[in-house]
Amino acid sequence: MSVELDVFVGNTTIMDKEVYQLWLNGYTVNDAVKVRIEGGVMEECEASAEVLLSDTMDQYRTFQMCERLLHHPAKLANQLLFQIPPDRQAMLIERYYAFDDSFVREVLGKKLSKGTKKDLDDVSTKTGITLKSCRRQFDNFKRVFKVVEELKGPLVENIRQHFLLPDQLARDYAAIVFFANNRFETGKKKLQYLTFQDFAFCAGQLINNWTLGAVDNMTEDMDVDLDKEFLQDLKDLKILITDKDLLDQHKSLVCTALRGKTNVFNEMEANFKNLSRGLVNIAAKLINAKDVRDFFIDLVEKFIEPCRSDKWTSIDMNLYLTHYTNSAHILDTFKHHAVWTRYMGVIKSCILKMYHD
Amino acid sequence: MPGKLKAKIVAGRHLPVMDRASDLTDAFVEVKFGNTTFKTDVYPKSLNPQWNSEWFKFEVDDEDLQDEPLQITVLDHDTYSANDAIGKVYIDIDPLLCSEAATVISGWLPIYDTIHGIRGEINVLVKVDLFNDLNRFRQSSCGVKFFCTTSIPRCYRAVMVHGFVEELVVNEDPEYQWIDRIRTPRASNEARQRLIFLMSGELQRKIGLKVLEMGGNAVVGYLQCFDLEGETGLVVRAIGTACTLEKISTLPATATHPSNSSPSKDMKDSPQAAPSTLGCRSTHSSPVHSASSRLSQGFSVSVPTLLFAGMKPRHRSSEAPRARQCRPGFGEEAPGVPLSSGPPTPLRAQTFSSFSPSKSYSRQSSSSDTELSLTPKTGMGSGGSAGKEAGPLKALLRQQTQSALEQREYPFFTLTAFPPGFLLHVGGVVSARSVKLLDRIHNPDEPETRDAWWEEIRQEIKSHAKALGCHAVVGYSESTSICEEVCILSASGTAAILSSRFMQDGSLDTEHRLSRQPLCVFSTGSERVEGDMGSSASLGFEEVVPPGCGFCHIPYDELNIPFPAQLTYCYCCRRYKVPDVLFTTIDLPTEANVTGKGCLIQARLCRTKKKAQGEGNATAISNLLPFLEYELHTQLMNKLKLRGMNALFGLRIQISVGETMLLGLASATGVYLTALPSPGGIQVAGKTPSDITYEQHISNMQKKINDTISKNKELHEINPPEVVEEIIGSPIPEPRQRSRLFRSHSESSDEVSELDLSHGKKDAFVLEIDDTDAVEDIHALLTDSPTPAGFYSCNTEIMPGIQNWTSAIQMFTSVRVFRLNANLTNQGLNKIFSDLCENLLKSLYFKLRSMVPCCLCHLNFTVAIPEDELIQVAVTAVAMSFDKEQSLENGKQSGEKTLIKAITENDEQLQFNLELNAETSSPNPLSSPKGLSEVGSHPSARAPSVDYSSFADRCSSWIEQLKLKAHTIRRGSVKTTSSLEKASPLPEGRSRSLRSNRSYSGSSVAVVKMTPLSFIPGAKIIKYLGIINMFFIRETTSLREEGGVSGFLHTFIAEVFAMVRAHVAALGGNAVVSYSMKECVFMENPNKNQAQCLINVSGDAVIFIQESELESTSVQTQSATTHTSNGGEGT
Repeated sequence: MSVELDVFVGNTTIMDKEVYQLWLNGYTVNDAVKVRIEGGVMEECEASAEVLLSDTMDQYRTFQMCERLLHHPAKLANQLLFQIPPDRQAMLIERYYAFDDSFVREVLGKKLSKGTKKDLDDVSTKTGITLKSCRRQFDNFKRVFKVVEELKGPLVENIRQHFLLPDQLARDYAAIVFFANNRFETGKKKLQYLTFQDFAFCAGQLINNWTLGAVDNMTEDMDVDLDKEFLQDLKDLKILITDKDLLDQHKSLVCTALRGKTNVFNEMEANFKNLSRGLVNIAAKLINAKDVRDFFIDLVEKFIEPCRSDKWTSIDMNLYLTHYTNSAHILDTFKHHAVWTRYMGVIKSCILKMYHD
Repeated sequence: MPGKLKAKIVAGRHLPVMDRASDLTDAFVEVKFGNTTFKTDVYPKSLNPQWNSEWFKFEVDDEDLQDEPLQITVLDHDTYSANDAIGKVYIDIDPLLCSEAATVISGWLPIYDTIHGIRGEINVLVKVDLFNDLNRFRQSSCGVKFFCTTSIPRCYRAVMVHGFVEELVVNEDPEYQWIDRIRTPRASNEARQRLIFLMSGELQRKIGLKVLEMGGNAVVGYLQCFDLEGETGLVVRAIGTACTLEKISTLPATATHPSNSSPSKDMKDSPQAAPSTLGCRSTHSSPVHSASSRLSQGFSVSVPTLLFAGMKPRHRSSEAPRARQCRPGFGEEAPGVPLSSGPPTPLRAQTFSSFSPSKSYSRQSSSSDTELSLTPKTGMGSGGSAGKEAGPLKALLRQQTQSALEQREYPFFTLTAFPPGFLLHVGGVVSARSVKLLDRIHNPDEPETRDAWWEEIRQEIKSHAKALGCHAVVGYSESTSICEEVCILSASGTAAILSSRFMQDGSLDTEHRLSRQPLCVFSTGSERVEGDMGSSASLGFEEVVPPGCGFCHIPYDELNIPFPAQLTYCYCCRRYKVPDVLFTTIDLPTEANVTGKGCLIQARLCRTKKKAQGEGNATAISNLLPFLEYELHTQLMNKLKLRGMNALFGLRIQISVGETMLLGLASATGVYLTALPSPGGIQVAGKTPSDITYEQHISNMQKKINDTISKNKELHEINPPEVVEEIIGSPIPEPRQRSRLFRSHSESSDEVSELDLSHGKKDAFVLEIDDTDAVEDIHALLTDSPTPAGFYSCNTEIMPGIQNWTSAIQMFTSVRVFRLNANLTNQGLNKIFSDLCENLLKSLYFKLRSMVPCCLCHLNFTVAIPEDELIQVAVTAVAMSFDKEQSLENGKQSGEKTLIKAITENDEQLQFNLELNAETSSPNPLSSPKGLSEVGSHPSARAPSVDYSSFADRCSSWIEQLKLKAHTIRRGSVKTTSSLEKASPLPEGRSRSLRSNRSYSGSSVAVVKMTPLSFIPGAKIIKYLGIINMFFIRETTSLREEGGVSGFLHTFIAEVFAMVRAHVAALGGNAVVSYSMKECVFMENPNKNQAQCLINVSGDAVIFIQESELESTSVQTQSATTHTSNGGEGT
């Protein structure tokens, strides 16, 4: 004796948020039933395990049928198969495209290729996220990447319109796409302390200030690729460290401004030249794609780590970077003010974001 | 007379990829009607082609218009090989043929393929020009309106109810033709789909002709069914109730009609004439009218003794395994022995017939008896009242009316709810079944055998009704169950006495009210009546009987009651006799006095049967049927008592036959009718009170039962006022004390147990406590789990005691198939089947828990035995939320006050609704620049897609208002875009409707509600757009890949819903009412990885508007309700 077939179809498609989440998390039907039983829904509704199993299977089937629509969220709104109220559609989409920070941290900056996908089981073991869920998240990244890759216009806006995502989620996806495209290294041990949100913030800064889109808003890939001309110009900043006078002048200006305002003044003064060299060298090398990938690791190694070992506070850091940036403008022989501002603006906010334990 | 059908193919979207190389499709469309085919150009390399074709025009006879569907085929062009079909759309153009329904079909319709399911959508425009408007209904049945709704549709009033119409057409099933061996499954499925479309069209046309002949203009309660007989053919049959309907005008101006139009003229007119009859009813005093009202008295005369005298002996001498006297209300009681049917098919057919009053009622005797009874009845009726009113003319007229009804071949009505005053008394359920062996239909044009079969059954029903003293059968339905070559035909209904009001020309409202009172004499009931005709008759003329109990009063003569029954004086009016229990197939009359709430009551039964062939099989089934019905009935009765209730409504008994078993499922809604006596409890009695433990066991059980009863009473809020009993003794001798289980309690105890167990105890249903079966039965009684808190359930339209529905509704279909182990006993089977139903209900409650407090209404269970060891149960119902606290009283009041206002707003709302149905996602070529004019002011508004011209067409009757309020329209168009802009400044008064509309924004697909009920809570149906009757076949050869049987069926049902919604939206509607899934035949072959399913659905497409939007009350709650209106999803 067995139930051979068991379906429930509502004119308005019934979707249980809790079960949806379990499905998204990649639970099997049986595991999902267990979780639901533990959740106490049975007592609440005088249901039996059988009823729960039937309901869960049914919901899972509905989600599977909806999944192909979720791949093209715009279709969800004008398909005829499921009658789903708009608020529910939005919920479905948002949750489908939601991702785990711990997962995204693993694949951030990696090429969204088949090879990476094959390694997802390692990621799954490491993060404790089911392989199924990892695959969905990875496929989402890849899908968004493929669609926006060929689109003109602002990246975030494109993502929001094509995938009907809420603003914050669209921004996160923009970051993921940006990282994947530029292949930023994020997996090194030294970078492990950084969260996805740190990187997403930095990505936002880079997209808004360093890409083509920041100057010209109608090119393909405008938000995904860094502005080559700008990168070229960055080389000119080298003068700040190659010209001895300029370097000394810069140092004295910064030291004058900071004297008495910080507890780590001595360390700062001693380290100024190293730190400045670090930042300017990063700028000068960005023209090479390989060095772009190492952008974050360089920032950490050349700047953040030395400061951290000297026990700077974030206030010290803020103070230092502000004066470091501004003082350069006062230097007589330094002409590249625009490039410097564009560069340091991003560097400053990135470092401040990244400067934590 | 001919008409011109015009079709235009606008665009396609979401097409499947047909060319793997390019990942695109070169699509074109073939439009076919009859034998004419047109093609569009090929739109190369696109999944969203824009054909924007010319208008394809078909000049055709209206006969063809009625029969044929418009067939649209989407294909992929292939230069080198044959073009690949993507899918098809069949469009039933019948709604366009009626002036009052839709005028254009326009919208996105799913492209359907029987192998792949829905494959994209196509946007089409279809119109019909019928030539010569004035004469357009004369020669064909074009224009006859069809309604699935089994009551008078909401925006119409019944001028006259003509009566029963039926028709059937047969054909060979393409699936079984020789050619099927060489054609593809797709071709075969499409041939079948198309054939059924054609047959349905033909059937509808033929029924329409009959209606016109009768002088009607509409069919209400239209029930169409398919019998897939297999080798022997395909039968499509339909029944319905012919009526003359008149639209209740929404415009205040037309509401007052000249009151001098001649009533007699009205009826003779063709459908078009109907509107003129408004208001003429109340002012007439011509003799014709008064006579007519009095005529109805004739009906109330009880059945002459003659009828029953002839039958009683038979009843006594019967060898039937009749356990106890059947309950009067219940027609299904079996004559134990199947009676061989009449001479036509003496050998092949085993007719099993039954009816409650006299169980063993054989066909041969019945027909003659009833024939006899006709005349005396009429005579008596006229005599009785003539004495009072005198006047030979009147008497004559009365007789005429009487005979008018009785001369009808079948005084049957498929209606289950009636205009007030139409239903006078209810006698009880009458039913008949017949087992037939299918044979090949030789001449499809003359389906004589099938006709004859149904004729037999209907005659039977008619005579049963007569025996109950009733002249009519209401809530009538027919069904079949087929297994191999055996077919069980069933018909059932409720014997009743109707007022002549709606069956006569120009009867008067006021007079009618007068005439109704006397009629209460013939109270309905199901058990015996005391008192003499004379006295009751005289009483009747003087006193007003409250409408809340009139229908319960017995219609038959209490002295000559053909069955033992217990009658009491009505607990409401204390004047007329009522039975102690009442079973009916109709909905609970709205005016009925009910105590507490109702609940779904089901009796479930499985019986094993030996495998057999041909006649042997038919005989075996015939032999089993009476037992099955009897036990179902006993179960129902016990469960009813266990819930402390005394009446069943909407009773539907389904018997399904398989190779090795019979399945019986009876569903009904139990209620406590205030007019009927309080039901007795259930008492368990031991056979031999031998030892103490045994007695203890009994008393334990008794205690459990008593507890359950009181718990149930509490649950359903049944606390009837205490009344002094007046029992009328039963003429039947006290039953033997052998009855182990008898219903008893105070007054009713003794005569309830007129369980006549004396004869045939062996075969009778005896609940012996030491008999394991009995214990099982009692356990089964007690294990029916109560509905969880916050839930109510019923299988009728409305639930007594709940009025304040919110607009949140959720229609659903659930299907389960259960595989049994071989070699199960009857008990085992019963338990499995019962658990299956119970679990299904539990699942439904769980699924819908977010809608609490809510009621599952119109729970319609369908059981089938698709193959050996499989049981299939399908349920379609609607869950409706209600407000526990808040009453809608205030709403009603304000609604009345602002009637005129409401009506004008009405029109505005309508426009919005129409617009909402227009597609917004694609640029519509017909978008009127007018509609665009205001768009500029809404920054984020996309191009509005109001199809202005078609839309104007669609609501031609509102065209005036439209022009006046062009302003409003424009706003409407803006709203339907997916604009989220909220800042646009709006004039006062408009903001409300705008807001409510906004709830739709964000989705470009119009929301279409579906419900099996005839109404939508919190909304007003303003227009019926025509009947939806669709038949689909889906087949797969990759069952596993589609998610197994569940995945396959889940998708298919969702697709069917989607297609229904799309067609309704294309007609301009926003809801389907009276929706039902008539057929769901599922076959699988997992070994071959194949499955096939056939689904037939029907309903009425309507336009509704939210009542809340009509009222000028709080704006915010309204938008809240509209938001939730499509809700009902789980959280």
